[in-house]
Amino acid sequence: MELPTKEQRLRILRSMILVRAFEDRITAIVQGGDRVPGIQILATGQEAAVAAVHALGEQDVLVSNHRSHAHILARGADPRTLMAEIMGKATGVNGGRSGTLHLIVPAVRALMTSTVVGAGPPMAVGAAFAQQYRNEGTITAVFFGDGAAAEGSVHEAMNLAAVWKLPILFVCENNRWAGAQSVQVHCPGGEIVPRAASYGMSSEAVDGNDADAVYLATARLAAPARQGNGPSLLELMTYRMHGHSEADGQLYVDPQELEEWAGRDPIQRYVARLLDEGICLPPEIEAFRETAAATVNESVAFAENSPDPLPEAALEHVWSWSSSPGASSGGGG
Amino acid sequence: MMRALYGGQAVNEALALAMEMDERVFLAGEGVGVSIHHNPMGPTHGLLDRFGPRRVRDTPVSEAAIAGLGVGAATLGLLPVVEIMFFPFITLASDMLVNHAAKLRYLSGGKTPVPLTVRVKAGLGFQAGCQHSHNLEAWFAHIPGLKLVSGSNPADMKGLLLSAIFDPDPVVVVEDLALYRAKGDTPAGDFRVPLGKAAVVREGTDATVAAYGRAVQVALQAAEALGDADGLSIEVLDLRSLVPLDRSAVLESVGRTGRFVVVHDATRFCGYGAEVTAMVAEEAFQDLKAPVRRVAAPDAPVPFSPSQERFYQPGARDVISAIRSLL
Repeated sequence: MELPTKEQRLRILRSMILVRAFEDRITAIVQGGDRVPGIQILATGQEAAVAAVHALGEQDVLVSNHRSHAHILARGADPRTLMAEIMGKATGVNGGRSGTLHLIVPAVRALMTSTVVGAGPPMAVGAAFAQQYRNEGTITAVFFGDGAAAEGSVHEAMNLAAVWKLPILFVCENNRWAGAQSVQVHCPGGEIVPRAASYGMSSEAVDGNDADAVYLATARLAAPARQGNGPSLLELMTYRMHGHSEADGQLYVDPQELEEWAGRDPIQRYVARLLDEGICLPPEIEAFRETAAATVNESVAFAENSPDPLPEAALEHVWSWSSSPGASSGGGG
Repeated sequence: MMRALYGGQAVNEALALAMEMDERVFLAGEGVGVSIHHNPMGPTHGLLDRFGPRRVRDTPVSEAAIAGLGVGAATLGLLPVVEIMFFPFITLASDMLVNHAAKLRYLSGGKTPVPLTVRVKAGLGFQAGCQHSHNLEAWFAHIPGLKLVSGSNPADMKGLLLSAIFDPDPVVVVEDLALYRAKGDTPAGDFRVPLGKAAVVREGTDATVAAYGRAVQVALQAAEALGDADGLSIEVLDLRSLVPLDRSAVLESVGRTGRFVVVHDATRFCGYGAEVTAMVAEEAFQDLKAPVRRVAAPDAPVPFSPSQERFYQPGARDVISAIRSLL
């Protein structure tokens, strides 16, 4: 398997830089006041996972989890309507009904995001079934965490995907934390990937902070799915640099461990490597950062200048008929 | 053309027709293809031979994955019909139905419909005990975004199921196992019963009894007995569609009779009947000549022993005494 092309690597880097800028802004806003309602769950430190998204084809399907911004931005969703959704505005990609936690962007094949931990894989199995049923030649990639791997639904999904040879790539972002529990505490051995053997799946665990390694492993493991040879499991060994959410002060985290992982920052490492290999020059990196900052500024401005959704619009889209006023009386239609 | 079919055959005919009519329809569940039970009158009998293993999918024993399969495939445009073998097992699938099937259309602002059909085998009276017999329809009626139907006869079982399969929303179809072996005239061909429409199955003027599923037969028996014994004229309303509920049919009937009883096999406390009687009390109070009444199973798990199960299951006698108490 060859390294991604220069263009692909630059695309991955730009994507990582955008995700970091986007999420750093959310952190800054949360720390500065209360302009973002609700719970903010970020993937800070896990940005190399975008390389897995970039290794997918345009028609492949993405199923994400509560830590979804990186996946969905990498998929090419409009950062403005994402930020507006995160801020609960009418112009949000889901009209303000979702917020950050359940983003759905069908236009970029981001089929769904479930915040019920471990719920994504069974539905990804359904998406992959539809792809197999229609003989599309496409695959579904489902992202979940080491915490989710403790859910029975993940086992059910892997088992069914394996016995039906569904075109699915299970991507476990092992960020070493499930809430306040270390992976060493909630998972025997601390790794998810050995389970693949019991389903007869191909699998790899890779350095999840190395974008090239993530890209290559994704491409390798997606291949059997595309060829009709069933699912694979990819485990990205990474680290959750922030708490579970921005409200989490990480009092249970050893500061030395955080510092060690800060030294493995996926963006710094990728920048250093691409510079070292002559793939790009420092001014280009600077330009990427400026573009990302401008995009984020524009997204925040767009969101902040957008109207709130109409309160009564909260009753729309419950059932197929429910734009009618009868929806408020429940089953009455 | 009408033929007499068993309920199981009527369901089978609906499934076969749906698959014939639309390539997007597939079946999945435990034993929908090869079953441990050889029952030529069964709802999925013969479909594997007829449509092949691509479209009739026996699954591992994995209710969450079965339901997730249905949700995911529906969001990509298929029309899945998944089966939950016994109603109590739906607890294992409920996250997929409650948090996902019911909410994805909403969360996406209408962009992601979930045209999923979940067939659930339900009911009591077959001595399987409380982990195979537990009518949980009220749980699902309580979830905005889900539709819920329960036919009482082969024609409606067929017609409701076909409507459910081609409906854009997720529909839980409760199939009372007792009705698989009940015979009734059933229209041939693409016969559909619209969701949200109740049926007056017996006209009357003295009281309205609303029911669904097997309990409709119980209501009819009671109505007949009261007609003979007390000279009363009892209207029986088959709700058929629990969500959406045909509110106007209920209110219109109560408007004429002034008395209302609801009957179901599920337990009483927070049962489906609580919602219907509350609606009548709220919206038709001026029409009522007597309090509303519920006839339901007592608030206990379904017992095993046949003598206990007979005691437990609401019968015509219970409906008769409820109606008499209103007069």
